[in-house]
Amino acid sequence: MAKKSKSSVAAFERAAKSAKTRQYVLRLYVAGVNPRSSAAIISITQICEEHLKGNYELEIIDLYQQPTLAQGEQIIAAPTLIKKLPLPLRRFIGNLADQERILVGLDLRPKK
Amino acid sequence: MSKQRLTAHRSVLQKCPTGIRGLDDITGGLPRGRTTLVCGGPGCGKTLMALEFIVRGIRDFGEPGVFMAFEENAEELAANVASLGFDLNAKIHRHMLAIDYVHVERSEIEETGEYDLEGLFVRLGAMIKEVRAKRVAIDSLEALFGGLPDEGILRAELRRLFRWLKDQGVTTVITGEQGDGQLTRHGLEEYVSDCVITLDHRVINQIATRRLRVVKYRGSKHGTNEYPTMIDQHGLSVLPISSIGLNYPVSTDRVSSGVARLDEMLGGRGYYRGSSILASGTAGTGKSSLAAAFADATCRRGRRCLYFSFEESPAQIIRNMASIGFNLNPWVKKGLLRFQSVRPSLYGLESHLVSMHALIDEFKPAAAVIDPITNLSSLGDTGEIRAMLTRLIDFLKTENITAFFTSLTAGGAAFEQTEVGISSLMDTWLLLRMVEDENRRNRVLYVLKSRGMAHSNQLRQFQLCDQGFKLFDIPTVPEGRNT
Repeated sequence: MAKKSKSSVAAFERAAKSAKTRQYVLRLYVAGVNPRSSAAIISITQICEEHLKGNYELEIIDLYQQPTLAQGEQIIAAPTLIKKLPLPLRRFIGNLADQERILVGLDLRPKK
Repeated sequence: MSKQRLTAHRSVLQKCPTGIRGLDDITGGLPRGRTTLVCGGPGCGKTLMALEFIVRGIRDFGEPGVFMAFEENAEELAANVASLGFDLNAKIHRHMLAIDYVHVERSEIEETGEYDLEGLFVRLGAMIKEVRAKRVAIDSLEALFGGLPDEGILRAELRRLFRWLKDQGVTTVITGEQGDGQLTRHGLEEYVSDCVITLDHRVINQIATRRLRVVKYRGSKHGTNEYPTMIDQHGLSVLPISSIGLNYPVSTDRVSSGVARLDEMLGGRGYYRGSSILASGTAGTGKSSLAAAFADATCRRGRRCLYFSFEESPAQIIRNMASIGFNLNPWVKKGLLRFQSVRPSLYGLESHLVSMHALIDEFKPAAAVIDPITNLSSLGDTGEIRAMLTRLIDFLKTENITAFFTSLTAGGAAFEQTEVGISSLMDTWLLLRMVEDENRRNRVLYVLKSRGMAHSNQLRQFQLCDQGFKLFDIPTVPEGRNT
C-alpha cells in the first residue's frame, strides 16, 4: 500500500514540476513505513490533487533515510507536514486525518 | 529479563563519574547506562549541571557526549560552555560533542491526528551515532509540554524515550523544573526511576545558598544530606562532608608560632602540625598580629600559607603588619602567601565553606589563617556556624593543614568562651586580653589549653613593637594585682 502511494506521489511530483505556477511548497516528513505514515501520505496527496492541482510541490522524506534533515527542519513529531510556501510557515503533526483542519491551515478554507 | 541478567544487575551497578567536584564523592557517579533526573527551581544550576556532565565527560573521561537543548540555541550554548573553559571549536572537541537545539513553537503547530515523537528519536539517534556518544543530556524535556497539545501522547512517548535511551547504552541526564508538591512540574520523576538529584537555591537572611540532594539512587548507597553547593568560574562544586569519622592522621611534628617565646610556652616547640589553633581576645589585643606572625613563620620555612580575611583587604594587612616587623609582601610575590579577602556577607556560610575548600584544594597550603571567625556570625546562628567550622576543621585536619583562627571577644563578654562556641574543636587556645594597670593598659597572653603538650601556665605580658611580638614575664607586683 505504501509503495503504491509513493509511486503515485512521484507522479504528482512530476506533474507539479511541469506546472508553471508553484505556489504551494509542502514537505512531508515520515518515519519509515507504518500505518501513520501511509495515512498521512494518502491524505496529503488527496488534498493536493483536489485543491491544489498543478499548483503545488510536495516532497516526502523518510527521516530514517535522511536523519540530519530532522535537525535542520526542527522536526520533533512524525509524521510532520511543513508548509514552506506560501508564508507563514506552518507545521501539521499527525497522520493528517483531520482534513478539515489542514484545509484551514493551508488557507484553502476560511476559518470558522 | 532473564534470571541471569537480573543477578548481574544486582551484583554491580556501573557508575559514570560526572567530574563535578564533590558530587562523585557523594554518589560515586551517576548510574551508567541509565537516566538521571536533575530538578530544581529556576536559576538553581540544572542546565549547568547537565552541561558540565557532558563537557567534563569529554574533557576528563574521554567520553563523547550529546547535548539536546530546548531552551537555548547553539550560540548561547557555545557561550555557556566557553565560560567553563571549553572550546567548542577545538578540533578534538568537535568530534566528541554534538549539540542540537530543539525549537518548539506552539503557534506554528497544528495537530491533525495521531503522531509520535520519532523525529526527536531520529535526531538523538543521529547525534549519538555521529560522535559515538556515551553521554546524553536533555535540557529540558518539559518544554515539550508547552509545545505539544496532546499530553497523553507525550507521556507515552517520554516513557518510550527513556527506555530507548537505556537501550542505546548511554548515560543520560535530563533536567526538570520544580513543580508544586512534586519534584518536577510535569511529573518527569515518574519515568526516571534510577537516580533523582534536586538542586535548591534558597535565600536565608538575604543571603543565597545553594544546596544539592540526592533524593533517590536505586541500587546504590549514597549520601542523603543536603550538601552545600556553589557555582564559580569552574562550574558547580558540591561539598561533601567527607570525614564523618574522626580518623584523620595526626602528626607529632611541630611548627613555629612565629614568636619564639610563645613557642617556648607551648612545650618549647610551637604548635602541632595539622592542629587547629584559636586566638581569642577583645578588640585590639593583637589577634591578627599573632596570625600574621604565624603566616610569616610558615612562609619563612618555605611553605605555603593561605590567609582568609573577613575584615581587612590584603593591602591593609600587609601595611599594618609591616609596622610591627612582619614583611609579608615578599611572600606574596614569591607565591607562598595568598590572601583571600571577602566580606562575610558576600555569600552564605556554605558558599564560604565551598570556596575555601576549592581554594585550599587549588593552593595546597601547609597552613591556613581564618581571621576572624566571629565575623561569620552575621550569616547564621551559632549552630550553623559551628557546623560549618566543624566541617572546615575536619577538612583541614584530613589535609594536615595547620589552621589558625582568630575570634573576637565582645567587650564585657566572658573571656573563656567564644562567641560561636567552637573552643572545644580547637587543639590550642590562646587567650589575649588587656589588663589595666594604674595608668596603662597592658596586653597579656596565656595558653588556655593546648592538647598533647606540656604548656606553660604563665601569663605573659607582651608588646607589639617594630620587631614584632615581645613577650616578657609579668613583673611581680607586691600587691599581686596582676594575677
